[in-house]
Amino acid sequence: MSKTKYTRRGILKSGVTLGAAGVAPSFFVRNAWAQDFTNNPGNASSVTLGFNVPQTGAYADEGADELRAYQLAVKHINGEGDGGMLNTMAPLSLKGNGILGKKVEYVTGDTQTKSDAARASAKRMIEKDGAIMITGGSSSGVAIAVQSLCHEAGVIFMAGLTHSNDTTGKDKRKYGFRHFFNTEMSGAALGPVLEAEFGKDRVAYHLTADYTWGWSQEGSIKKYTEALGWQTNAAVRTPLGAGDFSQYITPVLNSGADVLVLNHYGKDMVNSLTQAVQFGLREKQVNGKQFQIVVPLFSRLMAQGAGENIKGILGSTNWNWSLDDAGSQAFVKSFGAEYGFPPSQAAHTCYVQALLYANAVEMAGTFYPCEVINALEGFEFDGTGNGPTEYRASDHQCFKDVLVVQGNENPSSQFDLLEVVQVVPRAQVEYPAELLGGELGSCA
Amino acid sequence: MSFFKLSRRDALMMLVFTAAVLTMPVWLSPIGAGYPDLVQKFAIYGLFAIGFNILFGLTGYLSFGHAAFLGVGSYTAVWSFKLMSMNVIPAVLLGTLAAGLFAVVIGFISLRRTGIYFAILTLAFAQMCYNLAYSVLTPITNGETGLRVLREDPRYLDSMLGVVQEAVPLGNFFGINMQGYSGFYFCAVMLIIGFFISVRIFRSPFGMKLVAIKSNQTRMRYTGFNTRPYVLVAFVISGMYAGMAGSLMAVTDPLAGAERMQWTASGEVVLMTILGGVGTLTGPLLGAALIKYFENIFSAFNESALLDAFSFLPEPAQHFVVAIVQPFVGEGWHLTLGALFMIIVIFLPGGLVEGISRLVRRRGKSGSDNAGG
Repeated sequence: MSKTKYTRRGILKSGVTLGAAGVAPSFFVRNAWAQDFTNNPGNASSVTLGFNVPQTGAYADEGADELRAYQLAVKHINGEGDGGMLNTMAPLSLKGNGILGKKVEYVTGDTQTKSDAARASAKRMIEKDGAIMITGGSSSGVAIAVQSLCHEAGVIFMAGLTHSNDTTGKDKRKYGFRHFFNTEMSGAALGPVLEAEFGKDRVAYHLTADYTWGWSQEGSIKKYTEALGWQTNAAVRTPLGAGDFSQYITPVLNSGADVLVLNHYGKDMVNSLTQAVQFGLREKQVNGKQFQIVVPLFSRLMAQGAGENIKGILGSTNWNWSLDDAGSQAFVKSFGAEYGFPPSQAAHTCYVQALLYANAVEMAGTFYPCEVINALEGFEFDGTGNGPTEYRASDHQCFKDVLVVQGNENPSSQFDLLEVVQVVPRAQVEYPAELLGGELGSCA
Repeated sequence: MSFFKLSRRDALMMLVFTAAVLTMPVWLSPIGAGYPDLVQKFAIYGLFAIGFNILFGLTGYLSFGHAAFLGVGSYTAVWSFKLMSMNVIPAVLLGTLAAGLFAVVIGFISLRRTGIYFAILTLAFAQMCYNLAYSVLTPITNGETGLRVLREDPRYLDSMLGVVQEAVPLGNFFGINMQGYSGFYFCAVMLIIGFFISVRIFRSPFGMKLVAIKSNQTRMRYTGFNTRPYVLVAFVISGMYAGMAGSLMAVTDPLAGAERMQWTASGEVVLMTILGGVGTLTGPLLGAALIKYFENIFSAFNESALLDAFSFLPEPAQHFVVAIVQPFVGEGWHLTLGALFMIIVIFLPGGLVEGISRLVRRRGKSGSDNAGG
């Protein structure tokens, strides 16, 4: 309406240039969605896997370790390096020549530990890079979000580090598989050890990270400790990434509780544990008993962050590099040779997941997801560091031994931070699939 | 004038814009950006930035809390999917409306101040919303896990009309699935409508008043002109754009997470607008596309991709070049974006649009007539 000059002319011209550029390339370039399944590699000489890990944010350390493990797995599957667990895993169909003779290539993406970013990154891998399988992640929220996306897209998702029951419970999906253990198993494994160490007459106080994993963890520990005869004094929810937990720890001092359960992970756990120790909780006597702290989910990377404070503290873990079975040793050796330090439990679970997928495709003889899912369901294997393991068909959860660990009092090196107290046998942590509900849905 | 009351020049621009947007999947594929998810993001964030520009570009009020409206739009849309219907029309309408109502409340309070105080107020509001969504309102927002559409949701409207429930509930437009390219075209049509409204606002007497408020609000007040209703309307309009963008995010991917409301998301739209060109019509869209391109494509260049890209060099030189380039791509994409932002703010205060128009002008001056197409 008016005679404002602006740079409208400029805009106009730039628009025209862009428009002209649009006509140039061929019009009928289309992703071949109409094939028999999403991202069928067909006759290509290589196949692409998508590694979706947190590279920035609170879980970036875990993400970096996961990516290292995946790169190692790709090497081993392609027949490079010393082969790692390919030498110990049984039964094994992989031949060290890629998957079904196709060389494995990979693309990476940053989940930023945000559901949105993780889904965008997974979508890019599926839609643009033609990834046939997505794997990785270090948070249950992200795992659940990406798992349902992959289910919709018809691409297999091999979850990385995710510990919430919901991943293979309420939110389980036909296309999603989890090797890592869950809070139900943590509770079942920790219960008897807590009874033996601290007795039947205890009062617990929970501090819980306020999201799916925290809720799940709190529920499981409550369930198993209350079955022992423990009382739960209070369960307080703390925001994720709070940084300062002093306002949550002060009330613990006068609550009458004699055990503090920290349902925290990553930097939250490092901060809350450090502050709890600084507040002198561990020196306190309550109800005539020594005050105790329990961290249900432990990892070496967290132990490194918490330093001195973790000494003697009990928790559970999926795997630790100090295990002396052949599978663990082979993996620690080739990881150490490649990167110069031992792998974390996140690295272990991701490495095994990549191998399991590749092996299942080899077993099925096709990349067709429904056949691969069939091969994975009920698959029993050994030699991957956790003893005999089974991928249960009814919920796609792996069942294996669980480690109860304790912060090492006398570490022999900067990595020797966790001491295995007990290897809890698989039978003790097993539960019926109906317990956690959910529905897998169907394939294709 | 005839074509929706646009001047000839604007009508031409509208046509070119429409054509360029609709053919995005084609002309973006040579640079690796022509896949459905990313073109959807271009359209959605483009809409978000165009709306933001109506407030920031015209009135000069810098809001640091626009992500709150994006989030409100998303949550409303997902609830519409859960309770009413998987059809996207009610979701988009309700999402836009809810964000608009929300903007009335926040705008009414925040607009009592200008400048930095206004920015801080909106930032505080947005952060409040984020924290509410993240923990306090967990029953409504499902906290950190994010709100998702489930098979067993009631969907009263759908069940009343007897629409058959699919195993995997996805947004649809009267039966057309809103995933992939069809989802993009739906977003693109919304973007084109949004752009058209924006052009009309820029050229209207209302737009003139907003620009006048930007240049000297005090003087306008002295002449007896009550500026606040105008700014509030601009604020609400731009909030509704954000709400629509948010609901489109839910349409193409039925999920809403609290992180959409975080202050970084609010900061991102400010960056987009400034990168592209504040107060220009197409600038915000360019800025949005650039940032999303960086986030999705640049961040994915890992070491092996780089080694491939420089494989034409002899071996030692290849590793040397990769070592230098690597910190700037992959997880270092923020670094490159930051550097680019500094360069643009220092040398091209008018953003990318200024850069393009300067280029075109220079080529025009050097005599060649066929420049600029």
